[in-house]
Amino acid sequence: MIKRLAAVWHARNLEFVRDRSTLFFTLLLPIALVVGMSFVFGGRERPLFKVGVIAAVIDKQAHPFLSERYVEFVPVTDQAAGVQKVTHQQIDLLLDLHGAPRYWVNTDSPKGYIVEKLLLASAAGAHREPVTGAAVRYVDYLFPGILGMNMMFSCLFGVGYVVLRYRKSGFLKRLHATPLTAFEFLTAQVLSRLCLIVFVTGVLYIGIGTIIHFHRAGSALLLILVAVLSALSMVAMGLTVAARFSSEELVGGLLNLLTWPMMLLSGVWFSLEGSPRWVQWVAGIFPLTHVLDAARAVMIDGAGVADIVPDLIYLASTALVFLAFGAWSFRWRYD
Amino acid sequence: MSEPILEVRNLIKHYSSVTAVDGLSLAVPEGICFGLLGPNGAGKTTTIEIMEGILEATSGEVRYRGAPLDQRFREEAGILFQKTALQDFLTVRQSITLFRGLYARGLSVDEVIRMCALEKLAERDNRKLSGGQQQRLLLAIALVNDPSVLFLDEPTTGLDPQARRNFWELIQSIKARKKTIILTTHYMDEAELLCDEIAIVDRGRIIAQGPPRRLLQEHFAEVMLELPRQDFPASARALPLRIIDMAERIEITTDDLDTTLRTLIDAHVPLNNLRIRPANLEDLFLELTGKELRA
Repeated sequence: MIKRLAAVWHARNLEFVRDRSTLFFTLLLPIALVVGMSFVFGGRERPLFKVGVIAAVIDKQAHPFLSERYVEFVPVTDQAAGVQKVTHQQIDLLLDLHGAPRYWVNTDSPKGYIVEKLLLASAAGAHREPVTGAAVRYVDYLFPGILGMNMMFSCLFGVGYVVLRYRKSGFLKRLHATPLTAFEFLTAQVLSRLCLIVFVTGVLYIGIGTIIHFHRAGSALLLILVAVLSALSMVAMGLTVAARFSSEELVGGLLNLLTWPMMLLSGVWFSLEGSPRWVQWVAGIFPLTHVLDAARAVMIDGAGVADIVPDLIYLASTALVFLAFGAWSFRWRYD
Repeated sequence: MSEPILEVRNLIKHYSSVTAVDGLSLAVPEGICFGLLGPNGAGKTTTIEIMEGILEATSGEVRYRGAPLDQRFREEAGILFQKTALQDFLTVRQSITLFRGLYARGLSVDEVIRMCALEKLAERDNRKLSGGQQQRLLLAIALVNDPSVLFLDEPTTGLDPQARRNFWELIQSIKARKKTIILTTHYMDEAELLCDEIAIVDRGRIIAQGPPRRLLQEHFAEVMLELPRQDFPASARALPLRIIDMAERIEITTDDLDTTLRTLIDAHVPLNNLRIRPANLEDLFLELTGKELRA
């Protein structure tokens, strides 16, 4: 089995590496996106101050500060997460009105300085909890999103269309006439794409990270684990779509049906914080959401394994389910 | 008679309302070249694909060395489909290496390359081969596991005469290694040259089976006279001759050549373009089915 799997894996790698135009665009697209987005959004600040309030629902009557204009108040349910956002300057101040009022402000943040003045002007007496930390630029937030999105497209379309092409050309039928099993073929495809995607993502990470001066807070090994499980899950998803069908239009439509909602709702461009609950629920189904949550936690917040275990389990589980379903429904022939 | 290496029992295959194979049975002894002949749509590709284990039969069974088709069969069978695309961006050698890696046992890649005369093409991209070279590569892939039984589905269709002759030489060299070959073709010269035994298939059934020479002897004691249609006047149709209308010619079968020629001369039929030949498999098929093989 290993010998057969290795033969197919090796041949697929050769095919990908020698297909120069595909390889070129696989690398070019995310670079262009990140560079472009960093130009567009790099220097621009948001017009509002953003203040987190520790509460499930914000009651405007609870404190005079909550009636200030030009300040956006967002509910925060987890105090530790809220403090971290202040540290990364993702919110300008965190207010806790349970008992004696207290607040966290980042002393390195110019916006934090101003919004603190507004708070104290509206009602003095709140207890100050200073924190420090550099701002997370939009490009820092975007960077994992672009890598994840590139991974998603490469995994889904790269694998989906390749299997479809093999089926239409009769290559799969020829493989079917050998001792190779569907599971072996699919596993070889998954591993081949996994290696290539991890390699390409690594190149992009180093290349783009150097351009935008990105600083990783967490462990590189953990980040590689996230990348491996992410690629596994999404390659397996692409194989599931391509396992049975022979129509390019149908497979293209199904892949678009999967990728577009993921691109819009998984938090590639903006955080889903504050979006309707059902949107967050739907986003939670998509593997890309877990990819980005885990990657950002490691890259920006310096999270450890324990912090992202639920995401890792979700990605590993979906990989297994998709691969099993793909092998079960796999069709060698083009009819 | 040796035990059959492959046996097909009462095979039936339906596609919706169409019956492609209709109760076909046959047995192939080990070490021979067995030909399945028939026109397009006769059911020979469906039959051979069921025999290869690629297609499922509606009913009936195929047995290899007395057992249903299993992993052992896949390890020991070599297959050349009518149409096969290979993986892009691989050289000839890499394409063969890929398939060699799928089998537990077989020949070395270099040996297969040598057998199929691919030495000079070994490092060439498989997409840059001519039709004949492509077929030699596909044959090499079919031989990579040193198969006991080799399936060749219309292997020379679309090849030029030179490439076809080269391919026949290759198949004869494989025959010399005592391999069992199952060949489908609609080229009668190919079948006569290569096959030890043939089965003529029409509408999914075998209508004649046996060694080509014996079948011809059984059905024809005559010779065939061919005349261009324009040389054969309408008035000559009333002559006491066995006339067969073909697309562009008239064929006359006879076991008394002198009398037939005298009759044509007496009727003033021009004989400048007359061709006399012995009966062949194409005539046999026409005799049995009333259809031309390449219709």
